Amino acid sequence: MTQTQSAPSEAPEREVAICARGIVRDFEAGQSTIRVLHGIDTDIQPGEMTYVVGESGSGKTTLISIMCGILWPTEGEVRVFGTDIYNLSDTELVNFRLENIGFIFQQYNLIPSIDAAANAAVPLIAQGMALEPARRKAIELLDALNIGDQANKLPKQLSGGQQQRVAIARALVHEPRLVVCDEPTAALDAKSGRRVMDLLREVAVAEDRACIIVTHDNRIFDLADRILVLEDGRVTHDGTEMPDDH
Amino acid sequence: MLTGDAQKFYGLLFGIGFSTLLITQQLTIFVNLIERGASGVYNVPTAKVWVMDPVSRTTDVNYAMPSTALDQVRSVPGVEWAVPHLRATAAVRTGTGDLEGVSIIGVDDATLIGLPKNLVEGSLDVFAQPDTVVIDDVGINNMFEDGTDPIGQRLELNDQRAVIRGVADAIPSFTSQVTLYTKYSQALNYVPGTRNRMSFVLAGISDGETAEGVADRIEEQTGLKAETRDELAQAGVDFIIQNTGIPTNFGITVLLGFIVGVAIVGLTFSLFIRDNIKQFGALKAIGVTNAKIIRMVAVQAGLVGFIGYAIGVLGTVGFLAAFSGNPFFKGFYIPWQIPLISLGSVIVILAITGFIAIRSVLRTEPAAVFR
Ligand SMILES: Nc1ncnc2c1ncn2[C@@H]1O[C@H](COP(=O)(O)OP(=O)(O)OP(=O)(O)O)[C@@H](O)[C@H]1O
Ligand SMILES: [Mg+2]
Repeated sequence: MTQTQSAPSEAPEREVAICARGIVRDFEAGQSTIRVLHGIDTDIQPGEMTYVVGESGSGKTTLISIMCGILWPTEGEVRVFGTDIYNLSDTELVNFRLENIGFIFQQYNLIPSIDAAANAAVPLIAQGMALEPARRKAIELLDALNIGDQANKLPKQLSGGQQQRVAIARALVHEPRLVVCDEPTAALDAKSGRRVMDLLREVAVAEDRACIIVTHDNRIFDLADRILVLEDGRVTHDGTEMPDDH
Repeated sequence: MLTGDAQKFYGLLFGIGFSTLLITQQLTIFVNLIERGASGVYNVPTAKVWVMDPVSRTTDVNYAMPSTALDQVRSVPGVEWAVPHLRATAAVRTGTGDLEGVSIIGVDDATLIGLPKNLVEGSLDVFAQPDTVVIDDVGINNMFEDGTDPIGQRLELNDQRAVIRGVADAIPSFTSQVTLYTKYSQALNYVPGTRNRMSFVLAGISDGETAEGVADRIEEQTGLKAETRDELAQAGVDFIIQNTGIPTNFGITVLLGFIVGVAIVGLTFSLFIRDNIKQFGALKAIGVTNAKIIRMVAVQAGLVGFIGYAIGVLGTVGFLAAFSGNPFFKGFYIPWQIPLISLGSVIVILAITGFIAIRSVLRTEPAAVFR
């Protein structure tokens, strides 16, 4: 992947964030098997915000689940920053996710009984960092997301947009190289959705970090660097803009 | 997580506390109750060896011996002293004309061995007066329910006069029957019967001898049955276990306490897991291992379990304290084994229910969080 010194004078080729090849995924549905993904080949670049869009049932969630190491493909290979993740042992894969991937869920999935700072600090604590430094780091990030003053509140005391910002802090606190979000704005009104996405764009996109977002939300399509359109488990469009027929 | 959900936290606390209380309290009452089968032995602390007819089983289930047995026992080497002891039941007519069943205990005329250690009222001198009987303190409540002062009360036993002149601090018998202590010679008059009326010979042992050794020697030389305090006490306890429905009844209640614990705790646990399954899924996706999740839940369950357990044990202590004035509970204590047993039950309850509840977490695919 990395180029040798004798490379041409142009900038050295960047390492791709995700390299997915021949991804097929079948699900058992009663007696029959349905194929949800039909051989997907795609590369996700760092420094970009990649959107995965498509109709409900087109396989978006299935695809990003496979790309971030929480769902085994039926066929195919996924390399995340060069690591063939489905060749890792179970424990190695769990640790790989803990070190390299940040998750943002539609329902936030914050732990209800601990405060915002502790929620945001979860990945650091899971990595073995002591509670206090982990909280401090989480609070710094909450500050950057403009909710530092909410650090000691429980999730249920926060608005949806605030909770999603805590979730963003949790996804970024351990400085993962890949951030995946499934419908991050679906539970938010237009305004807070937009604000959350602006923030996400600010903090989640970096030179060596990739960000994949699954969304239905056409209000935020303009924030994408790249848009992949899925239709019935196949990539039918790959570009910087939405295709005209959408 | 668990401790942050007040409803379920208190649910678990209640389940465990209730279970602990039921198990600890019932076992405590059970043990204290069956130990009363040995009260006859415990009330005579000075007797090291009890000698009886070979068919006698306990202090209350005995068969009288000829009075010659006393000299036989006295002649056994290692026996320092030996005194006659009579235990029988009789019907007594009280001053108000009621008929009451009582235990008559005849203690040695000269030494008064056979009497409980302390008198709460009166002194040993009262035995010098004619027709003296001493009543046990718990017995007062049965015989004088209206609160009459028992001292000086006249009773009629087998057409003989008896006057209560003292109150003994005694461990009540299993049935809490009224007990009257009197001199051996006097007891013979109170208890109608045949020639043989000596129930036991109580013996002390010489220095350097063991109770077991002397008892064996007595059996060898006299052909009578001789038991140490512990043996006869155990026989009394065993008799109650074998001849009453008490173990079954208490056993059922203890089992019920356990089952209620499993039910409440199990239900609360599974509700907790169900409510938080998405969060657990998120933790798994983020990269928290199953082992860490189990440890996290176990620590919290352990904490709740410990608090609930403490509440249950304190509840039992409080219960006994509250009823300490009640004669039924006289001398009740919590043997150290019982809190250990209930602790073990709590651990088993938590382990069973926790295992069942956490299985669904372990089975959850991390991919499920995106659904
Ligand atoms: N665990 C599963 N078992 C069986 N079928 C599944 C499973 N997960 C997904 N599917 C099926 O795969 C197809 C694609 O699902 P997926 O969740 O990837 O779609 P999606 O594009 O994310 O849809 P949405 O926009 O509604 O979230 C659907 O038909 C769905 O029913
Ligand atoms: Mg989806």
